[in-house]
Amino acid sequence: MSTVILLTLTGLGLAALYFLVASGLSLVFGLADVLNFAHGLFLGVGAYATWWAAGNLPGAGSGGFGFVVAVAFGVLAGALVAVLVELVLIRPLYSRTIEQVLVTVGLSLAGVALLQATWGADARPFPRPAWTREVTSILGANVPNAGLLLIIAAVLVLGGLLAFLRFTRYGLIIRAGVENREMVTALGIDVRKAFTLVFAIGGAAAALAGALGGVYFGTVSPGQGGSLLIFAFIVVVIGGMGSVVGSAYAAVAVGLLQQFVNYYGTSGLGDLCVVGLLAVVLLLRPQGLAGKVATA
Amino acid sequence: MTEPVLSVENLSVRIAGLHILQGVSFEVASTGVTVLLGRNGVGKTTTLRAVVGLTPRNGEVRGTVRMGARSLLARPTHRLVRDGLGYVPEDRCVFAGLTVAENLRLAERRGTTPAYDKVFALFPELDRRGRQRAGSLSGGQQQMLAIGRVLLNDNRLLLIDEPTKGLAPKVVTEVAEVLERVAESVPVLLVEQNLAVVRRLAKDAVVLSAGQVAWTGNAQELLLETALTKSLLGVGAEVKA
Repeated sequence: MSTVILLTLTGLGLAALYFLVASGLSLVFGLADVLNFAHGLFLGVGAYATWWAAGNLPGAGSGGFGFVVAVAFGVLAGALVAVLVELVLIRPLYSRTIEQVLVTVGLSLAGVALLQATWGADARPFPRPAWTREVTSILGANVPNAGLLLIIAAVLVLGGLLAFLRFTRYGLIIRAGVENREMVTALGIDVRKAFTLVFAIGGAAAALAGALGGVYFGTVSPGQGGSLLIFAFIVVVIGGMGSVVGSAYAAVAVGLLQQFVNYYGTSGLGDLCVVGLLAVVLLLRPQGLAGKVATA
Repeated sequence: MTEPVLSVENLSVRIAGLHILQGVSFEVASTGVTVLLGRNGVGKTTTLRAVVGLTPRNGEVRGTVRMGARSLLARPTHRLVRDGLGYVPEDRCVFAGLTVAENLRLAERRGTTPAYDKVFALFPELDRRGRQRAGSLSGGQQQMLAIGRVLLNDNRLLLIDEPTKGLAPKVVTEVAEVLERVAESVPVLLVEQNLAVVRRLAKDAVVLSAGQVAWTGNAQELLLETALTKSLLGVGAEVKA
C-alpha cells in the first residue's frame, strides 16, 4: 500500500513539473498559434538564474527566505526572456508557421549552447533548502519533500491561472482569443498585447518549473529544458491546445502512467506507454481531452 | 448630396493566387442601408473583410478605402474598429465558450460607457440570458448577440455580413426589424442574400459579379427590374417582405 502511495505522490510530483511547463506552452499555442520549441529555454533560464542568484545575488541564498528570493529572481528572468523572445523574434513571424518553428528550434539550440559555453555542459549541484532533501511520511510512505513542493506549486499556479482567466479583462481576452483570435481583433482589441502577456506567463511558469525541477532533481544542466519539453508537448496535445485544465488532467495522467509503468514494468517502458497514450488520444479525440478552450 | 461615409476605389484583392476582387469601386451613403449583392463567390465577404483589414496574411490588397478623410487599408483592424467601423461577420462568430455577458463585456472599451441600455432595449433576451454560454444559444440569438456586441460602442459605419443566413423565417423578420431600427442612427453596409430583407432595408445597392462591380444604384429600383435582378443575382425578386 505504501508503495502505491509513494508512486502516486511521486507521479503527481512529476505531473506537477510537466504541468508547469505545459500550461504556458498550451496557452501560447492556443492563443497565438505558436509552436514554441524555445519554451524549454525559459525553463533553463529559470533554473540557471535561480542557481546563480542563490550564490551571487544579495539577499538570496539556498535556504529560507533567501531561496524564495532566488526562485523569484529565476521566475522573473524566465518571464523577461520570454517577453523578449516574443517581441523580437516571434512577433514579426505571426502566421508564418514554418519560420516560427525554425526560429524557435534554432533559439532553443542556441540557448542550450550559450548555457553550456557559460557554465559548462556538466550537471551542477542545485542549491536547495535542507528540508527539500528530506522526506515526509504519508500513510506509511516516505514521500520526498521536493515532490510535495512541486505539487503545491503546481496547484497554486493552476488556481492562479484559472482565477486570472476567469476574473480579469486580459483573462477574458485570452479565453476569447483561444476560440477566435480574429474576432477579438474585430472587437477593437489589440490582441498582440495578450500574446506578449501569455508569453510572460508561460515563461514565468516554465522558469518556476526550472527552479523547482532543480530542487527535485538536485542538479541543473543545460539540456534539462529540452528533455522536459518533449513530455510537456505530449501533455499539451493530450490536454487540448489552449486548455489549462486539460493540461492539468493530461499532466496527471502522464506522470502517474510513467511512474507506475516504470516501477511495475521495466524502466523506460513508462515513456513508451506515454507515447501510446498520446496515439490513443489523437486517434479517439484529436482535439484533446478539453478541446480548444482556455478554461475547461 | 452628402459626403459618403465610405469610399472604395479600385479595390483589388488577390488570395492564394486567385484574383477575387478586380478593381471594385463604390460608395456607402452616410445614412441608411447600402446592400452589397451578388451570387455566391463573387467577393462580397472578401470586400467587407478587406475594408476592415481582415484579408488573410497570404492575401494582397490594393486600392483605396476611405472612411471620411481617413485611409483605412494600412491600419490594423483593432484601430479601425475603435475609430467606429463596426463589423458583424458571417456566421456570427460569437465566442461559444464564453457566456453572453462575457461576450458583451469583451466589446467594452476603456474610457467609454458601453450602451447596455440600447442593446438590451433592442435585444431583451440578451439581458435575460447573460449567464448562458453563447454556444448554447439558437442561431437567431447568436446573431442578436453578434449585433448587440457591436452596438455597445458608437459606430460611424456598420459592416454586416449575411445576418439572416441559416435563420428561421420568423427570426429573419426579427433581425430585419432590428437592423431597420439600427440603420436609423448609423449607416450600414450590408451583405445579404435574402431579397425580402433587402427590399425592406436597403436604400442603395452595389451588385458584384466575378469580382467587379456590375451595377450600382437605388436598391428598390433594382428589385423592380425582375429581368435585371435575375441576370445579376440569378434569382427573381418576387419575394414579398
